[in-house]
Amino acid sequence: MYSDSTGWQTAPAPVPRLALRAWRRPRPLAVAVAALTLLLLMPIAVIAGYVLVPAIDVWRHLAATVLPGYVTGSLLLALAVGAGTLVLGTGTAWLVTLCRFPGRKLFAFALLLPLAFPAYVIAYGYTGLLDYAGPIQTLLRDLTGWGLGDYWFPKLRSLPGAALMMTLVLYPYVYLLARAAFIEQSACVIEVSRTLGCTPWQSFFRIALPLARPAIVGGTALAVMETLSDYGTVQHFGVPTLTTGIFRLWLGMGEAAAAAQLAALLLVAVFVVLTIERLSRGARRFAHTTGRYRRLPRFELRGARSALAMLACGLPVLLGFALPAAALTGWTATTTGYWWRHEFLVFAGNSFTLASVAAALAVAIGLLLGYAQRVDRSMAMPLLVRLATLGYAVPGAVVAIGVLIPLAAFDNGVDAFMRAQFGISTGLILSGTIVAVTFAYMVRFLPMALHGIESGLAKITPNMDDAARLLGRSATGIVRTVHVPLMRGSVLTAALLVFVEVMKELPATLILRPFDFDTLAVRAYELATDEQLVAASSAALAIVLVGILPVIVLSRAIARSRPGDDVL
Amino acid sequence: MTDALRLEGITHGYGGRPVIDRLDLTVAAGETVCLVGPSGCGKTTALRIAAGLEPVQVGRVLIDGQTVADGRTERAPERRGVGMMFQDYALFPHLTIAENVAFGLAGRAPRERDGRTRELLDQVGLLDYADFYPHTLSGGQQQRIALARALAPSPRLLLLDEPFSGLDARLREELRADTLTLLRRTGTATLMVTHDPEEAMFMADRLAVMRAGRIEQQGTPREVYDRPANAFVAAFFSQVNRLDGLVVGGRVSTPVLDLPAGALRDGARVEVVVRPESVRIAPAGDATAAGATIALVTDVRTVGRASLVRLCMHGSGGREWHLEARLSGRDLPDVGSRVAVSVASGQAFVFAHEKG
Repeated sequence: MYSDSTGWQTAPAPVPRLALRAWRRPRPLAVAVAALTLLLLMPIAVIAGYVLVPAIDVWRHLAATVLPGYVTGSLLLALAVGAGTLVLGTGTAWLVTLCRFPGRKLFAFALLLPLAFPAYVIAYGYTGLLDYAGPIQTLLRDLTGWGLGDYWFPKLRSLPGAALMMTLVLYPYVYLLARAAFIEQSACVIEVSRTLGCTPWQSFFRIALPLARPAIVGGTALAVMETLSDYGTVQHFGVPTLTTGIFRLWLGMGEAAAAAQLAALLLVAVFVVLTIERLSRGARRFAHTTGRYRRLPRFELRGARSALAMLACGLPVLLGFALPAAALTGWTATTTGYWWRHEFLVFAGNSFTLASVAAALAVAIGLLLGYAQRVDRSMAMPLLVRLATLGYAVPGAVVAIGVLIPLAAFDNGVDAFMRAQFGISTGLILSGTIVAVTFAYMVRFLPMALHGIESGLAKITPNMDDAARLLGRSATGIVRTVHVPLMRGSVLTAALLVFVEVMKELPATLILRPFDFDTLAVRAYELATDEQLVAASSAALAIVLVGILPVIVLSRAIARSRPGDDVL
Repeated sequence: MTDALRLEGITHGYGGRPVIDRLDLTVAAGETVCLVGPSGCGKTTALRIAAGLEPVQVGRVLIDGQTVADGRTERAPERRGVGMMFQDYALFPHLTIAENVAFGLAGRAPRERDGRTRELLDQVGLLDYADFYPHTLSGGQQQRIALARALAPSPRLLLLDEPFSGLDARLREELRADTLTLLRRTGTATLMVTHDPEEAMFMADRLAVMRAGRIEQQGTPREVYDRPANAFVAAFFSQVNRLDGLVVGGRVSTPVLDLPAGALRDGARVEVVVRPESVRIAPAGDATAAGATIALVTDVRTVGRASLVRLCMHGSGGREWHLEARLSGRDLPDVGSRVAVSVASGQAFVFAHEKG
């Protein structure tokens, strides 16, 4: 505010009285936010504690036995999926954004569809399709007359198979961000490069790609982090990774300490990915030097090139969405008769309950944090809120163990106290209840809700609040007439995103769900583990159908982001 | 007649950093006062204190003769009967133009509300746009809507925060005139904040020039322009020539001027401020130029309606003095020629040097 270089020629102004009073006044909002932050940080802090205080003998045992396999598996998988999503996502984004060929607009939307599939669901789909008894091999045998063992067929249940599955459903992250970056690039920079003598291909590699690099790296990092957190796919394919290791040690062998150590290692891996992403952005902040947008120039593709472009955009949609969706639909159609009625409704109800509770809570906490930042302008507030949202990158299995260790300690502590004092055993109060699993969802998905709420709040400028007050509205009146109508959209979107993520979530739900409380995701997982892929299809299909909702929301948001240009 | 607004001894700071220092300001009923000064001088804070958006720390705010804030009690902004127009207009994006204007009329009967809304939309010439949403309108149209919205509840006092800053030059001039007409017609007491001196002079019945949290001078635009209180005020409203000098024998002497030093002591370092348009030139040999100084023309630039002529004079001890003249005629001297220079009487100002 005050920036006059002439400075003050008088004695300093009297110390403002209100400022002093404000300092002493307890600030309930700040206290509440700090408490929430501590709570949400706890699971990560617990696991981080294992990084800082490693149990040497546990490590020695792990290193001598299973650790090398887990680390190699996770590393190879991360590299393969990273490379695959990078190429597929960037390439398709470039084609639909900056080239012209038949079906371009349709592909621009359809390329997002694989996002509806959790990796484990597409894995179940392809296992059913490509197994010995599946339709593809059966057809092959019928056509050739071969029998068992007469022919070679690629083995899906392998590390390359898992990498393929994950690439097929994770490339949309790169596609989405790369496409946004390409769209954001002013048409002028591309045109300038052409006037300076670049061919279309050269201007892609020398201008568009470097400018979009932060976005592409960001998308790839997201895909890699999802890969590291995946449990369902690698478990089904029998690929040893850090997540399968955590589950085997925790659930299979009851080695809690060793599992926590693996979780700590996974946490470190995720932060390494995050750091690489940050570093690659480096000092290069690509701010666009012009705000003037015109219709993007598009390179007209003809003949064979146009056909190749259609193939390049069509294959990911076909393999990543259409084919597995068709398979799941087909199997569901054959099984509607016997188990779909009662069981399915119970699992769907459980999923719906968990997802609704988590979505409502995430939005409530998100609103609290969002408004706390708006009302309390102290320096500490944004820091607290950022700390509370650290969990967005942490794998579900890691969060689950981070939640379970302190909750179990709490339960045992209370139980011991009650038995000693009153002779009553309270047993498990929090762990193994809906509280524990909801807590884990908050750590994981609150950042997603908060992001949407913050961007919604940013659209209501402080001057709008002031204008409404001066036009005679009280604080509640402003909320009712200005904030509610303007925030409704972003709040609903935030709730929807969390709802869908909870529906799809597998590892944390598996570890933390209450006893005998199966969700659609858990049921699909259990049936698939028993090789009942056809039976698993209804639950899997339901998850995919719900997953399409955010895809539609996303594509509409993109379409709105650049008025005047037909993005979709 | 009671003043529409009275700020008494307002002192304000953020986190120990002073922003306003003992500010006194009044706006009489029906009067338009412009608070003008460079950015960061505290003028917007003063406006927000008047509105009640910023609590008073030290001092008193009176609206229509009633104390609304004095550092202990604070009347809420919505209960002050004050209208305010914001720099970014702050229109509600989810409401139509008509709904935006009607926003402050919530307590009225529906028929009265609609009538008042139509009346104001008509006054700003946007009745045809009643059902449009703000983002579909141009900047100038949004400005008018913001003004109509602030005026709709018939506020006792209107506050304008840089109301024309988001507009291009031509539109700005047009809207200034329209706004002034509307304010005169409604007779609304107005306090406007701007950093643009020309805008302030155009709009204001009375000006208050602010610097670093203090009011340097108040008065009508003419008074402030013709009798600036100090070099800062003089320089704020136009480019000026600043000539250094010393008080000797109660007078300040420069090659082009010899002025009484007023109350300034002998030996004091002073600044002589001369507006470019009060510099006169004549052909060097002209008889009417008796007592004038001879100067060399070093540069001539035509900038539309006027031309700028740079002059160089030699004083005692071989010191060079530079002076810029702003001439409106077509008859311009040639670069390199010699001319006789004089300054219109009463249009050069002597001030003590501000810093050592």
